[in-house]
Amino acid sequence: MAGLATAFGSGAMTNSMDDIAANAQAMFVIGSNTTEQHPVFGTMIRRAVRQRGVKLIVADPRRIDLVDFAVLHLQQKPGTDIALLNGLMYIILEKGWEDKEFIAARTEGFEAFKETVMRYPPEKVSEITGVPVEKLYQAAEIMGTVKPMAVMWAMGITQHIIGTQNVLNLANLQMLLGNMGVPGGGTNPLRGQNNVQGACDLGGLPNVYPAYQKVTSEEARKKFEAAWGVPLAPHVGMTVTEMMPGILEGKIHALYILGEDPIMSDPHTEHIRECLEQVDFLLLQEIFPSETSHYADILLPGATFAEKTGTFTNTERRVQMVHQAIEPPGEARPDWWITMELAKRLLEGRVLAPDAPYASWEYSSTRDIMKEINALAPSYGGITHERLEAGERLQWPCPDENHPGTPILHVGKFARGLGKFHPIEHIPPAEEPTDDYPFVMSTGRVLYHWHGGEMTRRAKGIMQVYGQALIEINPEDAERLGLDGGKRVRVTSRRGSIEAEAWVTERVPPGMVYANFHFPDASANELTQAVLDPVAKIPEYKVTAVKVEVVGETAGATRSKV
Amino acid sequence: MISITLNGQKIEAREGQTILEVAREHGIRIPTLCYHKDLSPTGNCRICVVEVKGARFLQAACVTQVWDGMEIETHSEKAVASRKRTLSLMLANHPPDCLTCDASGSCELQDLAYEYQVEVPAWGAKGTRYPVDSDPNPFIRVDMNKCILCRRCVLACAEIQVRDVWGVAKRGFEEVIVAGAGTTMLEARCESCGQCVAYCPTGALTNKMSYGLGRAHQIEKVTTTCGYCGVGCQFDLQVRDGRIIGVASNPNAPVNGMALCVKGRYGWDYIHHPDRLTKPMVRRYLLEGKEKPKTPLSERSASALWEWVETDWDTALGLAAQRLGRAREAHGPDSVGVLTSAKCLNEENYLMNKFARQVIGTNNIDHCARL
Repeated sequence: MAGLATAFGSGAMTNSMDDIAANAQAMFVIGSNTTEQHPVFGTMIRRAVRQRGVKLIVADPRRIDLVDFAVLHLQQKPGTDIALLNGLMYIILEKGWEDKEFIAARTEGFEAFKETVMRYPPEKVSEITGVPVEKLYQAAEIMGTVKPMAVMWAMGITQHIIGTQNVLNLANLQMLLGNMGVPGGGTNPLRGQNNVQGACDLGGLPNVYPAYQKVTSEEARKKFEAAWGVPLAPHVGMTVTEMMPGILEGKIHALYILGEDPIMSDPHTEHIRECLEQVDFLLLQEIFPSETSHYADILLPGATFAEKTGTFTNTERRVQMVHQAIEPPGEARPDWWITMELAKRLLEGRVLAPDAPYASWEYSSTRDIMKEINALAPSYGGITHERLEAGERLQWPCPDENHPGTPILHVGKFARGLGKFHPIEHIPPAEEPTDDYPFVMSTGRVLYHWHGGEMTRRAKGIMQVYGQALIEINPEDAERLGLDGGKRVRVTSRRGSIEAEAWVTERVPPGMVYANFHFPDASANELTQAVLDPVAKIPEYKVTAVKVEVVGETAGATRSKV
Repeated sequence: MISITLNGQKIEAREGQTILEVAREHGIRIPTLCYHKDLSPTGNCRICVVEVKGARFLQAACVTQVWDGMEIETHSEKAVASRKRTLSLMLANHPPDCLTCDASGSCELQDLAYEYQVEVPAWGAKGTRYPVDSDPNPFIRVDMNKCILCRRCVLACAEIQVRDVWGVAKRGFEEVIVAGAGTTMLEARCESCGQCVAYCPTGALTNKMSYGLGRAHQIEKVTTTCGYCGVGCQFDLQVRDGRIIGVASNPNAPVNGMALCVKGRYGWDYIHHPDRLTKPMVRRYLLEGKEKPKTPLSERSASALWEWVETDWDTALGLAAQRLGRAREAHGPDSVGVLTSAKCLNEENYLMNKFARQVIGTNNIDHCARL
């Protein structure tokens, strides 16, 4: 997000999924296992390939399912995306396939960018990435000659120490090709969680108020101080990846966590355990006694999506209604009610500016809350429950009640005016394989499970299909290690060790293993490290150096410390 | 534009339109079974046959394009008789299990038998030809006895999911829909999306998790947005007696249409899992007004002060406010961290942002976007 905001002035998916499926002539999917992580969009890509003959290029260290539908698979080594993209752009420039008109009219910073790219000739890039020169030329030719091309990515691009640069380089690619602001093109980061877009949009970030109004901007701060009736902090707050270590540093004393499970989802689990054990007070609002609940001091029962009414915003900025179907069980309550009641108690006896229109916490429904959002978040200004209930399909920005919403961003003009090219240099991952830790481990989710697994591990049928953690390993490596059917492996990094059943598969190349974090007994995050992208503060989940040992055929996963 | 005569009425049609499309545009209902607007028409069930003047045979309306001067009778005696005969042949190979069938009330074959008043013929095949519930897939219940060979499942898998699990094996009376080369669905690389179930017009493919829990007229449908990934699929939650009993495709869903994935369609049973938290709980030490004991995690389960105590909302919220307030007082607003949730509503995220910034006075708010 930070990357796109820097290049274009707005950090979100630029095009809509239906637009891409209907209008793209080429697609470039890099660092997104779309058919497993965004399965329905994955099927839309498959349909476009089969029914419209779209040329699909997949760049992924793994042979993911989508590769079956691709004309070309660029199997780069993990953590070499910048070199790969620079190499492709070198060829595009060498062959004169860049969109000169677009570059001249709508961008800046091209010359400095070009100078950097020209230091990445195909031979050098092939050496860094492991992608054959011939395939680089084939990919560049498709990109350079088939328009429009849509680029899609996900955490495979961002979960690196150079995640922000990766994103900037994808923005470079699409500006170079003139694929911005057109149907079937664009830069399209696929957002993971159902409402991660909404959580970002509505101020769930340490640097911005709702609708990305910066907390460091005096104008924005004055606006919210006037609305809420209190003085506000003028400095950027801590990210989740800073708060956790902040506990041990004495900076963070209390945590209020809503529906998150840091023990499963944060890097280097052992470190997170230590942090949460030390915090003075942990208030957790959850639907299940999650792994994190063991560390909580108070546990408040929240509601699932089926038990409340309101809105989610999907990956393409589309705001949609969620409708209550059943009552929450027992005394569980919708989460907005809980936060509201807690706020009221904390504000007892405090004096708020009497003329502040939104100082109060008196809400009778989420509809009331949305009215406050309409007033304070400009891009959500016209998105009301009433319009959504009437069947209107709204994508932000939608500044007022009469605005029809914005399916494609940056048409004719970027949010920041001119799109900005950034010269990006290849930087190797923080942790590279060594003699002691010769494998690269990448992490992620699988089709059947969701994140820390609190929900899907409690779904019976799903557990019948995918009931335990599996470590993907290449047949060549498996043979060398003496692995065959039904064997378990121990995977060890500098931080921890897990044991799980091996899945011998060509989905991963030799020298690489893939693990998930759905099962507490064998969570990949025991092994990952909290080394962060300096701008986005995203951990490098996709590259961890590990060793792999065979541990026989024991049943039942166990966890052990180094 | 071309001109045709439909049931005696002169109307305009566009070149390339099928008879079915023109009829539907003019409010004339030609019955269909194998046809579905999302799938390629195949014309194999013969329910939509109509009489076209000058044609030697009845024509399948779903695949026959109109031509200038075409004269069509959609409900001529001959067409209706043919539909009845076709239905009769289908019912001869279809167990009359409507009393216990999950699809009753949403079954297109049942509706047509009712509309055309066709009974199972006296000479119809007796007993079952295939094992009932024949596939081990945990989500999809397969009963090929109820299959009418319309091939919608084959097309849904090929054209919507693009996975090609289902196919047609053998010919004639032996003809049957099979997964892969006659293997189980999962072995045929099924992703358990349930698209085939959503498109099946009968009870041949049904949802295992919902089986026996409620039929169309007993179910309340609530349209909502999926809580798993960021695609934002919409679907109908099926509710009976205050419980979710299933998920059904909603054809009007803006992003996904009828398509869903395995988690969206079948990953809902966690909602009623016995592990759900149903009461606020606080540690005993808080109720006793004590400071947090410095007990290492491994010893907490044995410590009485660390015991969870179920309490009422007022007590739990009061204690939570007290302890958060105390941290804020003692160490400043920036000593409090707030993690909001990408699983929760926009409105809830807004409130968490307001809570951190207005109530606590810190910008320490984040969520798992980075993770």
